[in-house]
Amino acid sequence: MRIVIAEDSVLLLEGLSQILTRFGHEVVAAVTDAPSLAAAVAEHAPDAVVTDVRMPPGFRDEGLRTALALRAERPGLPVLVLSQYVEQSYAADLLQTGGGVGYLLKDRVGQVAEFIDALDRIAAGGLVIDPEVVRRLLSRRRDRSPLERLTDREREVLALMAEGLSNGAIARRLVVTEAAIVKHVGSILAKLDLPPAPDDHRRVRAVLTYLRDADDHPGT
Amino acid sequence: MNVWRAMARNPVRFVFSSWPWRSLAYLATTPLVAVLWLAVVAVLLLVGVVLAPLVVGFGVLACVPLTAVVLASVERWRLRWLDPRAAPSAHRAVPDGAGTRARVLFRLRESATWRELGYALLFSVLAAVDLMVPFAIIVGSTVAVGAPYLVANGDRIMYGSFATVDEPLEAWLTTLLGLAIALAGCYAFAALAGGRAALARALLVRAPAEELIEVRASRARLADAFEAERRRIERDLHDGAQQRLTGLIMTLGLARLDGAAPDLIDKAQAEARAALEELRDLVHGIHPSVLTDRGLAAAVDSLADRSPVPVDVDVELPERPPEPVESAAYFVVAEALANVAKHSGASLARVRIRRGDGTLLVEVQDDGGGGAEPAQGGGLQGLADRAAVHDGTLRLSSPPGGPTILRVEIPCAS
Repeated sequence: MRIVIAEDSVLLLEGLSQILTRFGHEVVAAVTDAPSLAAAVAEHAPDAVVTDVRMPPGFRDEGLRTALALRAERPGLPVLVLSQYVEQSYAADLLQTGGGVGYLLKDRVGQVAEFIDALDRIAAGGLVIDPEVVRRLLSRRRDRSPLERLTDREREVLALMAEGLSNGAIARRLVVTEAAIVKHVGSILAKLDLPPAPDDHRRVRAVLTYLRDADDHPGT
Repeated sequence: MNVWRAMARNPVRFVFSSWPWRSLAYLATTPLVAVLWLAVVAVLLLVGVVLAPLVVGFGVLACVPLTAVVLASVERWRLRWLDPRAAPSAHRAVPDGAGTRARVLFRLRESATWRELGYALLFSVLAAVDLMVPFAIIVGSTVAVGAPYLVANGDRIMYGSFATVDEPLEAWLTTLLGLAIALAGCYAFAALAGGRAALARALLVRAPAEELIEVRASRARLADAFEAERRRIERDLHDGAQQRLTGLIMTLGLARLDGAAPDLIDKAQAEARAALEELRDLVHGIHPSVLTDRGLAAAVDSLADRSPVPVDVDVELPERPPEPVESAAYFVVAEALANVAKHSGASLARVRIRRGDGTLLVEVQDDGGGGAEPAQGGGLQGLADRAAVHDGTLRLSSPPGGPTILRVEIPCAS
């Protein structure tokens, strides 16, 4: 893949470049601030973007904002957002833009094989949400939620869907047959009242419901 | 000690103290100051009227009230002879970089300037009294005390048609009278000067209430400075230690690809990741970036995500409150939720944040065992302190058996 990376720490920028190159990807541009990221994407039209959240000029969430703007401008452009912190509200914003996005803690890059795998899934239109976000969401009690209708097992499966795993991978993780997972997924989609649509799209919608629901405060 | 308390002391000590002399010095210089001020005003008025056809004359006239500002600072200085308490000016600081014209207009808009002008006019009239009373007492007592000398030289002292002193015995009695007048004069000087000082303090010195506001403002400034410092530390850690640890984890990942001792690499990575996680929690506690980025609702949500006790979050804010208020509210919720987790035994907490009438209302409720008391120190006292810095209030209802309701209101201008 031809990839643009954005990260304000030169140390991490080099590390990322090395890892990606190592796995046969081409880093077409490595930039250190948000405006340059937008410019580099416009110039190189890459196959995927990997970006930090906190970057110059403001050192706030410029990277995320740029990622959202890029997704709006070029629907389907695979974007992986890396951050020192994961916040559920950031994840929800990213997922609003549909499939082909990921949101991971920066140090996940150290699990090199998993990181490259996640990037591949995102490039294929999948979703990858950091397990930390998922763990916090699961531990949080929610009333008045369609998710309350799910069984514990179904919530577990949904959490793994949010991490971007395929049915086969989920089956291996939970040590059950893939057929059982297919059944759970069907039941989850039905309970969340998701309209018929191509299967991948419905999976994204299910995960989105999951995240949006957690983000939903009465009155806001 | 001030002049009034000095007068209440033993008369012998008072008469031989410095107070009568200070009072006399105060009274005696009053007419000098008044005459100088009147002369300056007269000159300015004259120049202003003469130059009025040119526009500059009006500028000169506009400066007339400002002479009272100068007079007032002289008067505050003289006030210290009689009253050692601090006498701060009621004027506010002129904004930095203001031009002459802006400075003049700034002063003219202040009520303190006009109070000082009022004082100056009153002062010029009363200065005549300050001149005459000491003059009469000093001349009267000196003549009376010197009566035997005058009489011996063949002079006679006539107190109108009421009494004539021309015999030695009468003269000695008159001396006694003169001494009595001098003694009474000491009290008269002190009383007159003390009255003048009280007038000056009332019109020229900033009221104590305003000083309190100043203290509160400086406390809030200090809190803001701490807040800025926290952000700086957070940023330094983010840019420094956190990035380096992340870099280390990446490098270890690469080393593992090269087949270097996989077990050791895994162990080293796990250690580094644990260190990074601890650092991340620490940095998040110092100042959460989600608060800066997305405001109170998202930050409180993130707190709820981390709380071991389930939390229902209900935040409704039409717009973001000012940064210091937002930050104070966030830490109030953070500490309150930490208390809930530590002490209450609750199974559910509820956070409610609203914008009230000129205030930000933060309410944290739990269904735990109640019985929380600020006197137990620690958390609740810290919460009250946080609220107080921003002039806020904390109310707590926590009957034994629960529920506990904590309500913090922080003023914030809309």
